[in-house]
Amino acid sequence: MSIQQTEQSKPSSAGPGAASRSGQRLNAERIITLIILAALIVVPVAAYYGDARYWVDLATRLVILSIAATGLNFILGYGGMISFGHAAFIGLGAYAVGIPVFHSINDGFPLIASNNGFLHFVLAMAVCAVFALLTGAISLRTRSVHFIMITMAFGQMTYFAIVSIEKYGGDDGLTIDLRSEWPLITFDHPLVLYGFCLASLFVVMYLVHRMVNSRFGMVLQGAKQNEERLRALGINVYNYQLTAYVISGIICGYAGALLGNFTTFISPEMMDWTRSGELMFMVILGGVSFLFGPLIGAAVFLLLEESLSRFTIHWHLPFGVLLILSVLFIRGGLSGLLQKLGGARDR
Amino acid sequence: MDTSLFIIQTLNGLQLGVLLFLVASGLTLTFGIMDLVNLAHGSLYMIGAFICASITLWTGSFLIGILLAIPATALVGLAVEMTVIRNLYPRDHLDHVLATFGLILCFDTLVQIIWGPEGIAVPLPKWMDGQVLLPGGVVFASYRLIIIGVGLAIAAGLYFLVVHTRIGMLIRAGASNRTMISALGINIKALFTGVFAVGACLAGLAGMLVSPITGTSIGMGNEIIITAFVIIIVGGIGSMKGAFVAAILIGLIDTLGRSYLDDVFKLVMNAEVAETAAPALSAMLIYIIMALILAFRPQGLFPPKTR
Repeated sequence: MSIQQTEQSKPSSAGPGAASRSGQRLNAERIITLIILAALIVVPVAAYYGDARYWVDLATRLVILSIAATGLNFILGYGGMISFGHAAFIGLGAYAVGIPVFHSINDGFPLIASNNGFLHFVLAMAVCAVFALLTGAISLRTRSVHFIMITMAFGQMTYFAIVSIEKYGGDDGLTIDLRSEWPLITFDHPLVLYGFCLASLFVVMYLVHRMVNSRFGMVLQGAKQNEERLRALGINVYNYQLTAYVISGIICGYAGALLGNFTTFISPEMMDWTRSGELMFMVILGGVSFLFGPLIGAAVFLLLEESLSRFTIHWHLPFGVLLILSVLFIRGGLSGLLQKLGGARDR
Repeated sequence: MDTSLFIIQTLNGLQLGVLLFLVASGLTLTFGIMDLVNLAHGSLYMIGAFICASITLWTGSFLIGILLAIPATALVGLAVEMTVIRNLYPRDHLDHVLATFGLILCFDTLVQIIWGPEGIAVPLPKWMDGQVLLPGGVVFASYRLIIIGVGLAIAAGLYFLVVHTRIGMLIRAGASNRTMISALGINIKALFTGVFAVGACLAGLAGMLVSPITGTSIGMGNEIIITAFVIIIVGGIGSMKGAFVAAILIGLIDTLGRSYLDDVFKLVMNAEVAETAAPALSAMLIYIIMALILAFRPQGLFPPKTR
């Protein structure tokens, strides 16, 4: 077990001072969280009516990536399963919007040819669930670095599969000519799309919060710390982990469907292994196994990307340096850092 | 089936396999001994290629380019090991993946700043740039034969180094039980640094050798690194022999898969389906092999003996 993991398990251990420690943490986290939530609601609305579409788009991208990062955090942060292929789920989710729309405009494949939003999102989640079940069933037979590599291999397989299907654009990608259609609302209005994404994020975060604190979540976190002990207790860890993997895949597929609706252009490039790496970075940067970690991580990631790319086209350089520094010096991510600042004395 | 075409494709596969071995051997050493997941290993491959390309254009000699670029790549490797990689050894794999991912971003951008966004075409010296008539009437590019020869020679040299020298003994011991050899008073820090630099040289050399064929480009390291990981997983992490066998195997499977899979498919399905399915499957082939190996023999084909 790594040092990092044992460190994180500390606050949860009951003992004298545990109550005050979590009290301080709540305060520091609560303030930051409230600021972020307020910003997420106020900034896009103000930006939209202030004619600054750029900020609405940025916020939408942030919220969608946060959903995906929350999905990854569920297995990576709480379950200790380091998946290096989660971009595949996002891509599959996006193509689950793109392909039905493609067929509704050009003939063929009548079974799924539709612009119906329910069909798109159910399809996205179903495809990802099946894909996660199949790949997870194999991947979870392995541990540690083998798991990282096999999830990456499945991600790459999906990437090359999509690249080779020339009907849907192959390497060049696919333009989604029509967004998912819903009764009452329309995704063509940027604020409506944003509101839908934000509501989705809250729902996903609430669900993850509930799952993490349920018996299911306890088993998952227990397996991260000591799998053998759980097995000795008679728990079939594999089944729990596989279930979590599928749920995580579904969440990322959902985020992918939103992303397809947002960008209206999808390409295999969004499933490249470097995308999986970026998603992982968001989770780690925000701090694994914190509910708001992925949101904070995604926010910092996007703001860095946007601000650095304004200064220089070579923004990847300072970005990479920051990534290395954050791995070397900020253990437990930004949430962990906040915690330490909040409760510096009892460290 | 055309026999001479088959021989050419087999040789091409062999040439790819040999190049892959050069990259994978360094990776399996650092992975096996230091337990380090180094995604940035592909960046050293790219750096080697770019340095060699510059020197070649500057001096007009590809050989001088290679001879000067090898120590230069080793220096880059040393610098990276001493500044970043060294601090990662005690960390977990997740930190390795993230930090070396950061290194990739840095290297890719640095190369873009120094050499510009476009790749460099490297000219071959006249005497290498010919064709050879092989027995059986097969005509094959002589440079590719040179690559195969150099690669096999280096593989033999590495085999000698690992199996028959004291350093090799330390390397093998390190792959089996790291804690034990440091307890026996071996300077593990120096060993790690040395192994990393050797790995950097090998990856750099692969990049130099490939540059006259494909030219240099900024993404070149990121493509090969994933294949190299496939190889060391298939071969068994930390095993030199495994890396060699798996590299040749993957090189052959990838090349032959791309050229013959559609013919195989046409035997069992109609031509139209075969022509869409074959390219997809041949691109995925090596990942499928890796997934199968991981599912049924997770320790790889030739795992080093560990305790």
